Amino acid sequence: MDFSFLFTNIVELTITGLAIGAVYSLVALGYTMVYGVLQLINFAHSEVFMYGTFAVAWVFVFLHGTVPVTQSLGSTIGLLVVALLAAMALSAAIALVIERVAYRPLLKRGAPRLMALISAIGASFALSELMGLRDRVVGWVGLRDNLDNYVSKARDTYSNPVTIQPDTVFHVGSYGVKNVDIMVIVAALLMMIALDQFVRRTRFGRGMRAVAQDPDSAALMGVNASRIVRGTFVLGGMMAGAAATLYMVKIGSTRQDSGFILGVKAFTAAVLGGIGNLRGALVGGLILGVAENYGAGIFGTQWKDVVSFVLLILILLVRPSGLLGESLGKARA
Amino acid sequence: MGVVRTYLDRMARRYAALPRPARLALIVLLVIFFYVLPLLRPPIITTEQIDFGGVMFGVAATALVAVGLNIVIGYAGLLDLGYIGFYLVGAYTTGVLTAYHFAWPFFLVLPLAVVVTMATGVLLGWPTLRVRGDYLAIVTLGFGEIIRLIVTNVGWLGAAAGIKDIPHPPNIGPAPKPPFDQGGLFSIPSLQWDGIIPSIDQGRDTRFLIFGALSAVPYYWLILTFLILILFADRLVKDSRVGRAWEATREDEDAAELMGVPTFRFKLLAFALGAAIGGLSGSLYASSQGGYINPQSFPLLLSILFVAAVIVGGAGSRWGAIVGGTLVAYLPERFREFADFRLLVFGLALMILPVYRPQGLLPPRRTIRARVAAKEIDQLEGRDDAQTEVL
Repeated sequence: MDFSFLFTNIVELTITGLAIGAVYSLVALGYTMVYGVLQLINFAHSEVFMYGTFAVAWVFVFLHGTVPVTQSLGSTIGLLVVALLAAMALSAAIALVIERVAYRPLLKRGAPRLMALISAIGASFALSELMGLRDRVVGWVGLRDNLDNYVSKARDTYSNPVTIQPDTVFHVGSYGVKNVDIMVIVAALLMMIALDQFVRRTRFGRGMRAVAQDPDSAALMGVNASRIVRGTFVLGGMMAGAAATLYMVKIGSTRQDSGFILGVKAFTAAVLGGIGNLRGALVGGLILGVAENYGAGIFGTQWKDVVSFVLLILILLVRPSGLLGESLGKARA
Repeated sequence: MGVVRTYLDRMARRYAALPRPARLALIVLLVIFFYVLPLLRPPIITTEQIDFGGVMFGVAATALVAVGLNIVIGYAGLLDLGYIGFYLVGAYTTGVLTAYHFAWPFFLVLPLAVVVTMATGVLLGWPTLRVRGDYLAIVTLGFGEIIRLIVTNVGWLGAAAGIKDIPHPPNIGPAPKPPFDQGGLFSIPSLQWDGIIPSIDQGRDTRFLIFGALSAVPYYWLILTFLILILFADRLVKDSRVGRAWEATREDEDAAELMGVPTFRFKLLAFALGAAIGGLSGSLYASSQGGYINPQSFPLLLSILFVAAVIVGGAGSRWGAIVGGTLVAYLPERFREFADFRLLVFGLALMILPVYRPQGLLPPRRTIRARVAAKEIDQLEGRDDAQTEVL
């Protein structure tokens, strides 16, 4: 137990915790929206995120090349915007594929919810393995040599060629707050505000809330439920793509199995805030990120995950349906 | 796939229609078949690239875990994603008590490991079982991960290096005296196959009953024996008042509570019993041929595979759990020649199966009955396209 470490570094731990928590929040939105509409744990959402991180890496390789360089955030911003768009597009596409292949056939047949969970687990395995075997897949179509930059060492950690050098923007106490952390937090907050307003104000958002509340009545009122479900997956995918971009800015490397543990964390964040609740995902993610950092500061890094799960269990004991506990359907317009 | 479905259903129905003695005889034959399976080494089924006895041990261990988890998920309807924690507690209790800090005899430690795991189940269930549904899933997942991280980080439990040289179960018959005397009471040969013609394989003997490094078959026999005993116990419990209370709790917790079922206590019981069986399997795993455990043997992913085993087999059906556990443990080993692709294929199979068997491979018989009843009600009410959701 090292409380003095925690207190001397509290600003740094808070800021970096908020940054990683913002990534959790964005991924948690995907879990929470699908849960709100379908009452399903979309286990494959972690792979949606993982494909996003690769989209970012590929954009950098395509537009920048494989030569490793270190540069400041300002000179990378153009590349980052392109990467963000690509990641959002790829993640949304993967989410749509998951909905089409793993969920729709089951829901049409009225399969039990647990079976849909199994199908999602299967989709998660298949997608993650497909990424890990991409060199083979590309080899079958004879493009192995042309795409070598993208597919070689498919199972190894894949580092972004451009390392972003964080610059200090201002000081709080003795700690210099880095522009990368600020950018991650602000970007994530902007995305979430945009989503929240979208769900509250648009026609589509109203449809989403209606389906979440009562799918049958919503259908009777002329809401095209399957379109809403598809749209929900796309929205969740886009958020995961944004999260993937911010993750690559902050962490800088990815792997075919990097989605799993982040997915577990993000789902934890969603439950912490109250699953099915958009603002809950934000609160849950930020709290989880900060608590994790504090826990690591006090007990050592190896206990980080223990701290976050203990926190989750404690909160659920006091508030059995999460901190904000309100479902997507009950969110007021 | 459709053919398989009707075939499976027809098999189940035909079996149910048989007179009792015939059913008993069939079961006995099946049991004998499974005992000698690793000696028969039938073609196609046998894994050529990896020791078949060892694979069968893994299959039986997973089936045992699935039977235990089936009590939690299938009977009581509690989605437990952290079941691996109990498997780990059983294995580590055995490791610590027989090798790492103490040197207690195996058959004393085995029941002790079961008791310790059961206590862990109660301890974890007490606070967590108050939350419902999917919240329970994430809480149990959290506990599974916490347990794994604790053994990874605590030096007293071997930390990341794990526990080595866990003693094997005691032998029956004279101990082996290397290099020539293999010990044991007698020797059982294996078969080898040339196409469909069997012959005796001289090089692959199993000494009865030496738990050594040469043959994994005795370990398989031991765990299979436990599996059969557990199946009997499972049947007794399921058909008792306890089983009915679980069913009521699963179908509608509030209604069950109103009818006077102390649902919390029964959920806790399901959790504890499930944990105990997981601990038993873990304990047998720890003292198996390898005699080595470390935290990496218990990843979260394995926990999710266990859940997949139960649900793929058909949640709530003990034979389904065995089939599911068998598939999950066996298929990746059998298709080792696809090496890198086996997980991909496994994932695809998990996606395809629910489309054709939405209730699992061998759904519990009550579900079929309930579906028929529900269909009749629908017909009486004049709805014919109504979909009935079970579970």
